[in-house]
Amino acid sequence: MSVTAPVDERTEDESAAIARQRHSEGKKAERRLGLMLVAPAAILMVAVTAYPIGYALWLSFFRADLRTPDDNEFVGLDNYITVLSSDIWWKAFGFTLLLTVVSVVFELILGMALAIVMHRTIVGRGLVRTSALVPYAIVTVVAAFSWRFAWSQGIGWLAGDSAPLTGQWSSFWIIVLAEVWKTIPFMALLLMAGLALVPEDLLKAASIDGASAWQRFWKVTVPLIKPSILVAVLFRTLDAFRVFDNIYVLTSGANETSSVSIVAYNNLMRGLNLGIGSTMSVLIFLAIAIIAFIFIKLFGAAAPGSDEGRR
Amino acid sequence: MSTTTETTKTKSIWWVVNAIVLLYAFIPVVWIISLSLKPDATLNDGSFLPTKVTSEHYEAIFANDSFTRALINSIGICLIATFIALIVGTMAAYAVARLDFPGKSLVVGVSLMIAMFPQIALVTPLFKILTGIGLFDTWLGLIIPYITFALPLAIYTLSAFFREIPWELEKAAKMDGATPYQAFRKVIAPLAMPGVFTTAILVFITCWNDFLFALSLTSSERSRTVPAALSYFTGATTFEKPTQTVAAAAVVITIPIVIFVLFFQRRIVAGLTSGAVKG
Amino acid sequence: MAEIVLDHVVKRYPDGAVAVEDFNLHIEDGEFIILVGPSGCGKSTTLNMIAGLEDITTGDLRIDGSVVNDKAPKDRDIAMVFQSYALYPHMTVYENMAFPLRLAGTDKATIDQKVQEAAKMLELEAHLDRKPSNLSGGQRQRVAMGRAIVRSPKAFLMDEPLSNLDAKLRVQMRTQVARIQKTLGTTTVYVTHDQTEAMTLGDRVVVMRAGKIQQVGSPTDLYDHPNNLFVAGFIGSPSMNFVPGTINGDTLDTPLGDLPVPDTAREALRSGSANREVIVGIRPEHFEDASLMADDAHGARTSVTVDLVEQMGSDVYAYFTVQGGAANADLEDLAKDTGQDMTGEGTQINARLSAESRVKAGDTAELYIDTAKVQIFDAQSGENISRTS
Repeated sequence: MSVTAPVDERTEDESAAIARQRHSEGKKAERRLGLMLVAPAAILMVAVTAYPIGYALWLSFFRADLRTPDDNEFVGLDNYITVLSSDIWWKAFGFTLLLTVVSVVFELILGMALAIVMHRTIVGRGLVRTSALVPYAIVTVVAAFSWRFAWSQGIGWLAGDSAPLTGQWSSFWIIVLAEVWKTIPFMALLLMAGLALVPEDLLKAASIDGASAWQRFWKVTVPLIKPSILVAVLFRTLDAFRVFDNIYVLTSGANETSSVSIVAYNNLMRGLNLGIGSTMSVLIFLAIAIIAFIFIKLFGAAAPGSDEGRR
Repeated sequence: MSTTTETTKTKSIWWVVNAIVLLYAFIPVVWIISLSLKPDATLNDGSFLPTKVTSEHYEAIFANDSFTRALINSIGICLIATFIALIVGTMAAYAVARLDFPGKSLVVGVSLMIAMFPQIALVTPLFKILTGIGLFDTWLGLIIPYITFALPLAIYTLSAFFREIPWELEKAAKMDGATPYQAFRKVIAPLAMPGVFTTAILVFITCWNDFLFALSLTSSERSRTVPAALSYFTGATTFEKPTQTVAAAAVVITIPIVIFVLFFQRRIVAGLTSGAVKG
Repeated sequence: MAEIVLDHVVKRYPDGAVAVEDFNLHIEDGEFIILVGPSGCGKSTTLNMIAGLEDITTGDLRIDGSVVNDKAPKDRDIAMVFQSYALYPHMTVYENMAFPLRLAGTDKATIDQKVQEAAKMLELEAHLDRKPSNLSGGQRQRVAMGRAIVRSPKAFLMDEPLSNLDAKLRVQMRTQVARIQKTLGTTTVYVTHDQTEAMTLGDRVVVMRAGKIQQVGSPTDLYDHPNNLFVAGFIGSPSMNFVPGTINGDTLDTPLGDLPVPDTAREALRSGSANREVIVGIRPEHFEDASLMADDAHGARTSVTVDLVEQMGSDVYAYFTVQGGAANADLEDLAKDTGQDMTGEGTQINARLSAESRVKAGDTAELYIDTAKVQIFDAQSGENISRTS
C-alpha cells in the first residue's frame, strides 16, 4: 500500500458518496434480515386474522345458513338490518356495555389499591405479590365454576337458600364479581410498573411541601402514572367488551345476561347461521375498533409497544 | 414513609392488609378444592370447608376417558403452540427490538390490533375455513389460532426484554475475538434466555386459559381441551349432578399452573409489566 | 505490541456530517496516547475506527505496517476497555477474563495461567468466582482491564474507562492503569474528556475538537505551549484566564494594566500592525501575592479587589473581576463544554496564590504577574502568537 492515499484529491462529495454506499449496503442487509425475521409472524397473523375478517365481511352479505346449505344467496345488507333491528342484539349490546363500564371501574379502583399494597407493603412483599398472581393464573372457566357453585342454591356457601343466578340483576353482579376477581392482578401489575417509576424523592419533596398522603396520591402519583392507567384501562376495556367465558359458565346468557359474544356464538354454534353470526362478528369488531379509537383520540393513550421515544 | 422507623403498629396494619389480599386471592380456590373433596352426602350443607373429605371424585375423573383425553389434548396443544409461537415470536421480536426495516411499525401495529381483537369475530369465519380444509376438530385446528393470538404477547414481551440487553456486550464480544455467531451464541442468547422463558410461561397460560376457540372449533373428544370439556361434563348418570367432579377436574388443571406461577412469580411480574410503561 | 498509523483518516456519515476530518497520527510501539476533547469532538469515533467497530470512510489505518481498514475487529488483535465495562453478566470474573482466550482456542492450562497472572496483577484473585453484579465499581473496572490484558494484544483501546468511578477511586485507578501500561509496554490509545487524566497518563496527548486535531504533544508541551486558545483553555485545571488586550509597541494594554510583551511574542508581533487586538492568557499559578515576592522580580504588578478567597490548604485561590471580556469562538465552545454559560459583567479571574498569602475577600490586593509565562493569542483566529517555534 502506498504511503499516501490521495485523500486530498478526493472531493467531499466523493467521500460522502463512499460513506453513503457503505451505509446503504449495511442498511440493505439489515433490512433484509429484519424482513426475513418478521415474515413468519406477520404471515401467520395476517392469515389467521385478516383473511377470516375479510371472509366474515363477505359472509355477512349472504344468507349462509348451514341448515339450508343450498340457499346461499346474496342478500346485501339484509343481515345487518336483521341484526340491528333485533331486540336480542341491542339488549346484549347494552348489557355488554354496562358490564364493561362497571367492571373496569371496579377493576381500576381495586387494581390501584392492590398495586399500592404490592408496591408499598413493608412486610411480606413477596408473599403478597405471589398470591396476587393466583387469580391471573387460574383458568377463567375454572374460576367461573367456582363462583357458579358458590352462588348455587343449596350447594354454595354464598347462596344459602336464594338462587341469585336466576335473576338478571343478581346475575349481573355475580358476573361483574367473577370478571373483577380474575382481572384485578393484571390491572394491578400494569399500575405497579407505573408506580415503580415515580421517583421516591418527588413524593418526599411533596410531603415536605406540605402535601397529605391523599394529595400526594392525586397531585403527584396519578398524573405521573397516567400513561400506565390509560394503557391498563384501554386493555381491560377491550378485553371486558368481548366477555364470554364467565357468562357462558355462570348463566349461559339466560335471563337476558347475554353479552354480544354470547349472542354471536349462539347464532353460529347453536343456530348454525353463518350469515347472521358473521354480521355480528363484524359489528363487534367495529365496536371494539371504535372504543380503541375513542380512547386513543380522547385520552391520548399511547399505543403500547409503539416505538416513540424509545430509540 | 419508609424513612421513619417501622413501628410494630404500622407493621401489624400491613399484615392485616396483606391478609385481605390473601383472602381475596385464595377464597375461590379454596372453595373449589373444598367442593371437590366433599362427599355426595355433604354436598348440600353449604359450608365453606368440607366436614368430611373424600378422594372419590379425583378417582372418578381420572377413570373418565373424556377427561384424561382432554388433559392430553390441552397439554399437547398448548405445548406445541407455545413452542412455535416462541420461535416465530423471538425472531420477530429480535427484528423489532434491534433492526431497522420498512414496515416495522406496521408489524407492531398489527400485532397490537390482534391482541385487542374480539376472538368471537374470528370464530365464525375460522369455523367455516377450518371445516373447508378439514382441520375442524383437530389439534392443528386449535394450534394455529392459539399461535396467532399468542404471537402479539410473545413479540411484545420479548422485544421489551431484548431492549434491556446491553448491546455494548455484543461489541465487547467482537473485540474479544468473537464471530457474529459466537457473539450471539455465547453472549446474547444466554442473556435472552430468562426473557424467553418468562414469555413461554405467559404464552402457555394464555393458551391453557382459552375457552372460546376450544368450544367452537372442536366437536369431539379428539381435540377438545379441558376448559371446553369441563362445560360438557356430566356425572356417571344423567341424574347425578357433576358438581364435585367438575370441581375435581378444575382443581387438577389449576393446581399445576398455580404452582408454576408461584414458583416463577418474579419473572412473570417482570414479563407482564415489561415495557408496559416507559416515559 | 505494535505501532498504529492513522493516515488521512476521515469519518463521514451518510448525511454528510463529518465526525473525524483528515486525522493523521503515528503512534509508536509501546506509546501511551491520549485522545482528549469535549463530547462530540470525534475522539470515540476515532477509537471505534481503530477497533473496527466503525467503518473508515477514507484514509488508511495501519497496524504494524499492514492496512487493516477492512478487517473485522477480531482479526485486528486489539483489546478494548469500554466505559460501561461491558462485562458479561452471566459469566464469573474468571470466565469473563478467560472469554477471549477461549474464543481464540487457547488450551486450558494456558488460559488458567494467564487469567491467574492478570488477576494477580489486578488484585482480583479473591473475586474470580463472583459474578460482575456482585462487584464494586472499581472491581468491575479491573475485570474489564483484566479481560483486555489476558490476551496480550497488540494494543489496548480504552474508551473513558474511569469515568464511571467516583473521584477518589478514579485517581487510584489512574495510577494503576499507568503502572500496568508501563509494565506491559503495550501500545495504548486512551480516550477521555478529563484533561487531568490526559495530563497525568499520556506519553503524548492528542487534543481534538469538532473532528479535527488541535495539537499533538507531550503533556508539558501542551501546557506550556498551547497551539491555540482552545488547547490553552482545555488543558490545565483550574483553567487559564483570558482577558482582551491591545498591542501597543512593546506594551500590552489589558484590563489588568499594561504588561510588557513577552519575549516569545515580540518577534512575531514586530511584523504586525500596531494596535493589534489580542487575547491574553494567564494561568492561575502565574499570579502571586505581590507582598510575598522580592521587589526585583521580573513581571508586572496589578491592584485588584478580591471577590472571593478559597483556602485549598496547599494554595489560596483568589477570585476577582476585571472589566471587558475576551470574545472568540473557541472560548465560547469551551464555555459551553464546561457549562460556564453564565455571562455577567466583566471577566472573572482566578489567581492561585501561595498558601502564605493573607488576601481576604473584599480587600484590595496587590498581585504579581509572571509576564514571561503569559500567552498571547490572535483575537480572530485564536492562534498562539507567543508560541516559540
